[in-house]
Amino acid sequence: MTTTAAPTAPPAASPPPAPRTWRERSLVQLTLVRMREFWREPEAVFWTFGFPLVLAGGLAIAFRNKPPEAVPIGVVTGVPGSEQARASLRGTPGLVVDALSPDSAERALRTGAIAVLVVPQGDRAVEYRYDRDRAEARTARLVAEEALQRGAGRTNPVATTERQLTEPGSRYIDFFIPGLLGMNLMGSSVWSIAFGVVNARSKKLLKRLTATPMSRAEYLLSFMLSRMVFLAFEVLAILGLGTLVLGVPLRGSLAVMGVIILLAAFAFSAIGLLVAARTRTVEAASGFANLVLFPMWIFSGVFFASTRFPELLRPFIAALPLTATNDSLRAVMLQGAGLGAVWPQLAVLAAWLVICFPLALMLFRWR
Amino acid sequence: MPPVASPPRALEVRGLVKRYGDVTAVNGLDLAVEPGECFGLLGPNGAGKTTTIEICEGLTEPDAGEVFVLGRRWDRDERALRERLGIALQETQLSDKLTVRETLELFRSFYAHPRTVDDVIALVSLAEKQGARINELSGGQKQRLDVACALVGDPELLFLDEPTTGLDPQSRRQLWDLVEQFKATGRTVLLTTHYMDEAERLADRVAIVDHGRVIALGTPQELIASLGAEYVVAFSLAHEGTVSLETLRAVDGVRAARVDAGTYEVQVTAIHHALPALLGTLERSGLALSQLSTHSPTLEDVFVSLTGRALRDG
Ligand SMILES: Nc1ncnc2c1ncn2[C@@H]1O[C@H](COP(=O)(O)OP(=O)(O)O)[C@@H](O)[C@H]1O
Ligand SMILES: [Mg+2]
Repeated sequence: MTTTAAPTAPPAASPPPAPRTWRERSLVQLTLVRMREFWREPEAVFWTFGFPLVLAGGLAIAFRNKPPEAVPIGVVTGVPGSEQARASLRGTPGLVVDALSPDSAERALRTGAIAVLVVPQGDRAVEYRYDRDRAEARTARLVAEEALQRGAGRTNPVATTERQLTEPGSRYIDFFIPGLLGMNLMGSSVWSIAFGVVNARSKKLLKRLTATPMSRAEYLLSFMLSRMVFLAFEVLAILGLGTLVLGVPLRGSLAVMGVIILLAAFAFSAIGLLVAARTRTVEAASGFANLVLFPMWIFSGVFFASTRFPELLRPFIAALPLTATNDSLRAVMLQGAGLGAVWPQLAVLAAWLVICFPLALMLFRWR
Repeated sequence: MPPVASPPRALEVRGLVKRYGDVTAVNGLDLAVEPGECFGLLGPNGAGKTTTIEICEGLTEPDAGEVFVLGRRWDRDERALRERLGIALQETQLSDKLTVRETLELFRSFYAHPRTVDDVIALVSLAEKQGARINELSGGQKQRLDVACALVGDPELLFLDEPTTGLDPQSRRQLWDLVEQFKATGRTVLLTTHYMDEAERLADRVAIVDHGRVIALGTPQELIASLGAEYVVAFSLAHEGTVSLETLRAVDGVRAARVDAGTYEVQVTAIHHALPALLGTLERSGLALSQLSTHSPTLEDVFVSLTGRALRDG
């Protein structure tokens, strides 16, 4: 065996660690890296901040409160009583009256171009044709009936007046904003962790980092810390747009909102970590993440109430973390609920966190 | 070897085995690296170099065998060991979105007694690029940054896995200078390569690895001298002529002969006798040369004579 010359001066005994500024600490550095990687990825910034605002704006316009639309009805021409019926109906609020030949009238009814067809049967008789299953057709029939009877000389014995109101909190946009907030919390939390970890793993960067004395706990914690920073912006953006611009009420306390949002962000981050635990490629991670997210977009009451699903599915839907988030955010914002009222939802979120986080750590592959 | 009060070996590996399914990547490999030396693992692709070095780095679990790094074991002293090692992997893509400086600040933050970022940037000649994003760097610059990340913790032992594979000649020389500077501070390097010129230039000792085993060990000079050849004569024949290897080996002064894709390589002693004899033999057989060259033997020739294959063939 070869013997080498005496080793040249071995490294001197290490001096005490030099004092570090906060910026030189590894947790701070790791968190800064996460934040830089996010800001320098314009697509990620758009999907996190731009997209939800555009979506909220678009839906606010689509579902803005407008006066109820007038319903088209038809009157058959060229039969006795047609002139008189049209005179009675003309100018009735809520109706648009079309004069139609018998042929085209039938066609218009079948294709839904008109809701009700009025077929005069001489001077003092009228037949209504309409589809009983269409709510607007039933309403239009009642309005037409009233107009025709009045036109023929009926007077009402009871005098009525009315006052209409639009209650803030009952519009579609009021329903939607809490759901949008929940959906965004879920998407950005699951995505930022799953993508960040799997991207690093697929590039062997994760392995490279574990070859240094880096603390693995700090690495994972850095994702949570950077998430908290962006979370604050995300929540402010959506809530700001919702309450200040669109007039969505925020009746509950901000503290309760904060508790729900933080717990939801932790639970969804744990789910993201689970998605990332063993996945090797970014493509696989994105498929996996969508598999997890997609059912919740549908079932958890983002765009429409989850009560539309059959009774049988309700317990499962209620156990989904996004359902818990949306329901509790809605209760606090729209009904002013306190912690006492939303604890079942908070318990669901805590359960997801407590199950997914240890499981993810157990399954996690650093290489 | 009984334990004595000398400083522990920088690295000691005994009976290493690693299997991946049917493939035995490392097959009973022993190594001993002394403090202060630059030790090279030379072998073709698939020889088991990366598997071996990653086991030494504590990144892969061996199926059998023992590993002592700086006298310590991975299962007991991982955290302490990581402080004292610098590791550059064969293929790492550092985060594209970060700058050179940001990347080094990150790696620096992991160590208890790091060098300064400015020092390391100067060491790897990236001062002009310190504000550039990593996706703006050339291959050689990326590789130097990767080595810089391994050096920022001020390691006693540096692991480099194929540090110059795929680089242009100038970048390779820059990297070699970097390793030589590190060696000059008296610290230890373990490097793998499939370039014989790299091993000859950098390594104090070389282990030639094939099929997961060490098939030869020594200084580059010792290994080359073991061939007993002074020169290698390479030639090819005109008009697709052929000559039998027996005929060549029978020539006075020829130690070995082989043919690869129409090029004959003949190892000879006393070239001033052997070359005329060789040419005479060809002439008598009525064969004409289309090309002839001679060179001093290299580690490549050592590998060829041990395995019958060329290093680059893999
Ligand atoms: N993770 C792995 N899974 C399966 N086979 C592997 C793995 N890593 C290496 N191998 C196989 O082990 C052998 C040695 O590979 P490696 O150590 O990378 O060689 P080298 O670095 O010398 O090119 C090769 O046949 C390779 O295909
Ligand atoms: Mg390799």
